[in-house]
Amino acid sequence: MADSMTATAPGSHGGAHAGQEVTKRDFLKLVAGAGAAVGVGAMAWPVIDSMNPSKDVLALSSIDVDLTPIQAGQAITAVWRGKPVFVRHRTPEEIKAAESVPLSQLIDPQADKARVKPGHDQWLVVVGICTHLGCVPIGNKPSDNRGEFGGWFCPCHGSQYDTSGRVRHGPAPANLAVPPYAFETDTKIKIG
Amino acid sequence: MAGLHKSEFTNPVINWVDSRLPIFTMMQKEYGVFPTPKNFNYFWNFGALAMVNLMIMIVTGIFLAMNYTPHVSMAFDSVERIMRDVNFGWLLRYVHANGASMFFIVTYIHIFRGLYYGSYKAPRELLWIIGVVILLLMMATAFMGYVLPWGQMSYWGATVITNLFSAIPLVGDSIVTWLWGGFSVDNPTLNRFFSLHYLLPFVLVGVVFLHVAALHVTGSNNPLGIEVKGPQDTLPFHPYYTVKDSVGMCVYLLVFAVLVFFAPDFFSAPDNYIPANPLVTPAEIVPEWYFLPFYAILRSVPNKLGGVVMMFGAIAVLFVLPWLDTSPVRSCKFRPIYRQFLFLLVISCIVLGMVGAHRPEGIWVVLGRVCTAYYFLHFLVILPILGKLERPLPLPESISRPVIAGGGGPLPGGAAAKPMEKV
Repeated sequence: MADSMTATAPGSHGGAHAGQEVTKRDFLKLVAGAGAAVGVGAMAWPVIDSMNPSKDVLALSSIDVDLTPIQAGQAITAVWRGKPVFVRHRTPEEIKAAESVPLSQLIDPQADKARVKPGHDQWLVVVGICTHLGCVPIGNKPSDNRGEFGGWFCPCHGSQYDTSGRVRHGPAPANLAVPPYAFETDTKIKIG
Repeated sequence: MAGLHKSEFTNPVINWVDSRLPIFTMMQKEYGVFPTPKNFNYFWNFGALAMVNLMIMIVTGIFLAMNYTPHVSMAFDSVERIMRDVNFGWLLRYVHANGASMFFIVTYIHIFRGLYYGSYKAPRELLWIIGVVILLLMMATAFMGYVLPWGQMSYWGATVITNLFSAIPLVGDSIVTWLWGGFSVDNPTLNRFFSLHYLLPFVLVGVVFLHVAALHVTGSNNPLGIEVKGPQDTLPFHPYYTVKDSVGMCVYLLVFAVLVFFAPDFFSAPDNYIPANPLVTPAEIVPEWYFLPFYAILRSVPNKLGGVVMMFGAIAVLFVLPWLDTSPVRSCKFRPIYRQFLFLLVISCIVLGMVGAHRPEGIWVVLGRVCTAYYFLHFLVILPILGKLERPLPLPESISRPVIAGGGGPLPGGAAAKPMEKV
């Protein structure tokens, strides 16, 4: 190996060495190399992008949720885009607890009013995925461990959410996300 | 350039091939007569064991893939079919699943060997760095393989680990969506994990080849950590180390067989025998044992980005280890103080493993933080400073001197032996 390298190095027709003149061949090498790089780059993007969500996955499915069977204090789990969505019927005490917290005490400050639809204070709709590492928090049933703040408790790494789905105890950095949804009637919502 | 390689093999068929493609000459040079330090202990078995383990994983994996279906609605059932209906399917799967654990046991010991005897120091820095690349590839491969049976732990392990990337500022969520091919871990995720789980072992073979190629340039380190001074310090690889490796291999296969035949589920989580359910997270998510120390580091930092950075940093620090250790002496044998710190590192890794297996409560939080702190202190503070302060024990003049009393005559079968004058 070493022998063959020393043997070819002096006589190599390689590029311009320091101080030597730039030849037409160097230019051709550069152009050929650049052309190949552009070609490979142009092919790389389709390959990478093919890993992004496909059109059928993207086709934003929407679901209707009937609210009538949900008792006050309970929540149900709906499935939207493969993710769990919690629809919670809050009790007056829970609403009051959520509204009365000063924003300065929150990790990710957001008023309760901004997380529910006006006139539908009792309905909280959030994506049921912990913003830490994606586990599904516990707390839909009143008998569940809801954590210190009465909302949800994540069993994976101990994050706690309040009755507005806002994070109150880490390691989660953000509140449970509110998906796009609208009230079709007083007892039916459309998510998505 | 007409001309054939001048082969020394006498068998006409071998000679004919070897003259045109000198692979027999190469094998003879690299594995037959390859000069190897004569003072290896059994720690030097583990590289060969890891290579054998990789082969076992590839062979069993290929046959498992013939019966596995990478689809969310069929994956779990196809694995159960392998276990119940496919001839010897249970054996293939248990060898493959426990083979992953064996692979990490062997590799972790191999890494410890490198740390203890300073195998990462000049001129073997690149050899070490390629080794860390192998470790990373192994971890990615093992993680994706664990997802394939599509049990609860598979699914939620995949969710938690892919979500690590959401900690990256600004582009984190887009990256996670890209990794998933959707908005949650789902069929596209399973498909690409299967594809990559099949690909990466062959990438590993390539990187292992580079690892061995780099090793055969610098030559092996040895328990004394001093350079080979001449032929009197070495033995031909074959038969001396092929035999020594075979002894280790028997012990390794014995342990492997005990696991496969008597405790095949020893390392696995029972929850993975429950089919994946995207709506219910198991009460406790625990990664496979070989990831526990890193998982513990992740949880010891009460900040999402911080935890992820520390976890990846725990591996990243190994890349620069050759430059963090400032001591010119390689082997711990001659570094009494460093040896104690190294054992502390081993203990803190083991404790981190235990921390990772427990809920992050009470004493486990404290232990996790102390050991995480020590892990980084060891590499980033103790190693650079200690190399300058520690007074190493005197190094032997040569490998032969401490091995052969009176100081190293030539090899049996080596240069003509002169009767030794002194005893």
